[in-house]
Amino acid sequence: MEKTKVIVGLGSCGIAAGAGKVYEEIEKIKLTDNLDFELKKTSCIGMCFKEPLVEIIDESGSFLYGNVSVKKVDEIIEKHIQNFAPIKEYIVKSDLFDTPDKGYFDGQIKIALRNCGQIDPESLEDYEEKNGYDALKKIANEKISTQDIIQTILDSGMRGRGGGGFPTGLKWRFANNSHSDKKYIICNADEGDPGAFMDRSVLEGDPHSVLEGMIIGAYAIGASYGYIYCRAEYPLAVKRLNIAILQAREKGYLGEDILGIEGFNFDISVKEGAGAFVCGEETALIGSIEGERGMPRKRPPFPAVSGLWKKPTNINNVETYANIPWIINNGAKDYAKYGTAKSKGTKVFALTGKIKNGGLVEVPMGITIKDIIYKLGGGIIDDKKFKAVQLGGPSGGCIPEYLSDTIVDYDSVNATGAIMGSGGMVVMDETTCMVDIARFFLDFTGKESCGKCTFCRVGTTRMLEILTRITEGQGKQGDIELLEELSYQIRDASLCGLGQTAPNPVLTTIKYFRDEYEAHIRDKKCPALNCKKLLTYEVIEELCVGCLVCKRGCPVNAIEGEKQKVHFIKQDLCTKCGDCYSKCKFDAIKIY
Amino acid sequence: MRIKRIQQVEKIKDNVSSDIDLALLNPVIKKFKNKKGNLIPILQNAQNLYGYIPEAVFRRLAHETGLKINDMYGVATFYAQFRLKPVGKHIVRVCHGTACHVQNAVKVTDDLINYLNVKDGETTEDRIFTLETVACLGCCSLAPVMMIGDETYGKLSGKKATDIVKDIKRKEVAKNKDKQIVNISNN
Repeated sequence: MEKTKVIVGLGSCGIAAGAGKVYEEIEKIKLTDNLDFELKKTSCIGMCFKEPLVEIIDESGSFLYGNVSVKKVDEIIEKHIQNFAPIKEYIVKSDLFDTPDKGYFDGQIKIALRNCGQIDPESLEDYEEKNGYDALKKIANEKISTQDIIQTILDSGMRGRGGGGFPTGLKWRFANNSHSDKKYIICNADEGDPGAFMDRSVLEGDPHSVLEGMIIGAYAIGASYGYIYCRAEYPLAVKRLNIAILQAREKGYLGEDILGIEGFNFDISVKEGAGAFVCGEETALIGSIEGERGMPRKRPPFPAVSGLWKKPTNINNVETYANIPWIINNGAKDYAKYGTAKSKGTKVFALTGKIKNGGLVEVPMGITIKDIIYKLGGGIIDDKKFKAVQLGGPSGGCIPEYLSDTIVDYDSVNATGAIMGSGGMVVMDETTCMVDIARFFLDFTGKESCGKCTFCRVGTTRMLEILTRITEGQGKQGDIELLEELSYQIRDASLCGLGQTAPNPVLTTIKYFRDEYEAHIRDKKCPALNCKKLLTYEVIEELCVGCLVCKRGCPVNAIEGEKQKVHFIKQDLCTKCGDCYSKCKFDAIKIY
Repeated sequence: MRIKRIQQVEKIKDNVSSDIDLALLNPVIKKFKNKKGNLIPILQNAQNLYGYIPEAVFRRLAHETGLKINDMYGVATFYAQFRLKPVGKHIVRVCHGTACHVQNAVKVTDDLINYLNVKDGETTEDRIFTLETVACLGCCSLAPVMMIGDETYGKLSGKKATDIVKDIKRKEVAKNKDKQIVNISNN
């Protein structure tokens, strides 16, 4: 009989939710009670909304416990492990019965995330057990030619998962066609989009799959050295990558004459980024590895011809590489089976914002946005009204509720004015102000603009000023048109993707939520009741009992009133802090 | 644009710089000297040693490695990671990513600004805290989030965040008192 396994999810968000302490507690009980089970670590299981997660696998099957606090550990071990009585109400997923969270798992197809939450990311043996490095072995044993590998990737129809959507096989072919004594391969792990953490989860959860993808890519294009350019904000990912690289070197997956393929010498090192969003752009990233300010360069020449240190270079994103071994193992056809005519395979999304089941989901292309939000995501927090979903981060746009039947593929998403991007999906409800969201993104891109192109540098600043003015009630007639004009100019006159797409959040919110802009400008009102300066707080006379709570709590003494008499807010003094609103037990304060 | 990050060069008549042990840099210089693309790793390592990059360190690095001081300064002011001023013992990083923003991260920062009495990017007078807003910490499902040191705190409100910071402050103050008592009793 196999030993019972207890696996704790120790990804960044698991740890933040307290999984580290849960692990220690289990370890402690195991030691003190001398229990016979295997305690293991894994990384992100994807179900961030139920962290910390603990999976118990015994002879009857697998049981995933959610929201495990230190307090619950004792109970779970006693009932489940010692008395074989699983505690159904804590279980979020099981082989044996359905759970209320079933919808989250159904409809997911895991290719890039195939091992995340399944294996110990610091164990090469775990990865090998799950067919790890089999793709590389297959290439070595069957002597598959570089052209055949590239053809397979082309046939799979996979497009770059970093957001651009350029066919990966084509990129490899260009790099393969360039002749040079030295070529490089780079993994873009500078996941800077606010609201996106797919790459972090893959790097933390399954670093070897990225290495294997890179090694295969290096072989296909003829590269001899690789870099993983990883955000410094992801210390755990950097640590696990470095462990994985050492293990791969020891086992001969990196080094000279890899797996007996004569002349195939390849090694990888990790470069830590230093915090600049623009370095996600490939030419800026190359500049940064070279030790310069990460400023984009003119293309052509494309990196495939002249990239890092002027040598042919291939750059792909983390998720792209993680897919490669699966495609080689299972064949292009199996991959192309998923998806739509022009977008094949699966895509990982980071589902966040006002959504019940926030976390990572991997879905086949072609699923509708509505299905992701309601079937997998469980709907909106507090069952409020779904307003829009933001796709593609600062380069993307907001897709309104009435277009939620849009299917997820590169072309359909582009048609709405948003972009697929790297996979951040931020869900917004009726309390999110769309003008404020546009302002938020412009603030971001303005700060992150490298400053090279005038239109991006100055244009984003001017747009931010206008948007700030609107949210503060100083909007003027003509502001919307001015924003649009600036948007087109920035889009047309910027060198790199950052500038070219920076206006997208503004253009899409104007396109779909023009009435909100107009309400801010014309009526000086924020329909979502979000923009502080446009709010009015008032006492509802019928409901006020005169308890003095709001009066005492008001930091600026803007409330007048006596005991058991209706209170009154002096509008000229009110700073709209909302304190009275949250403190009133009788719901006698209204905001409009 | 990042140019805003350039700090006003205050001529602090190096009462800070004089305490800096430049010898600590020797292993870094040895490791990276004359290596291609070494500039950013050198600065990252230097910052790990001192918590920020003091002027004297720039000069020493320029002297020893042949890197140009203006190139180093250009890089240091371009990337958000590099600091040109000393920081507090605890760096409080409040996430202002999209998910945190829609869950009211602004309120968290506002409350911390009020409590600590510093602006974004500044250090408290007692040098215990530096407050920073950052783009995204990648823990979006726990939004709003902040990080203090390596510890991540999720599902915050303004009050919860302030309480966490208050708690750390209390512990720091207690530690200092203990030290003083030890000093006095030793004397």
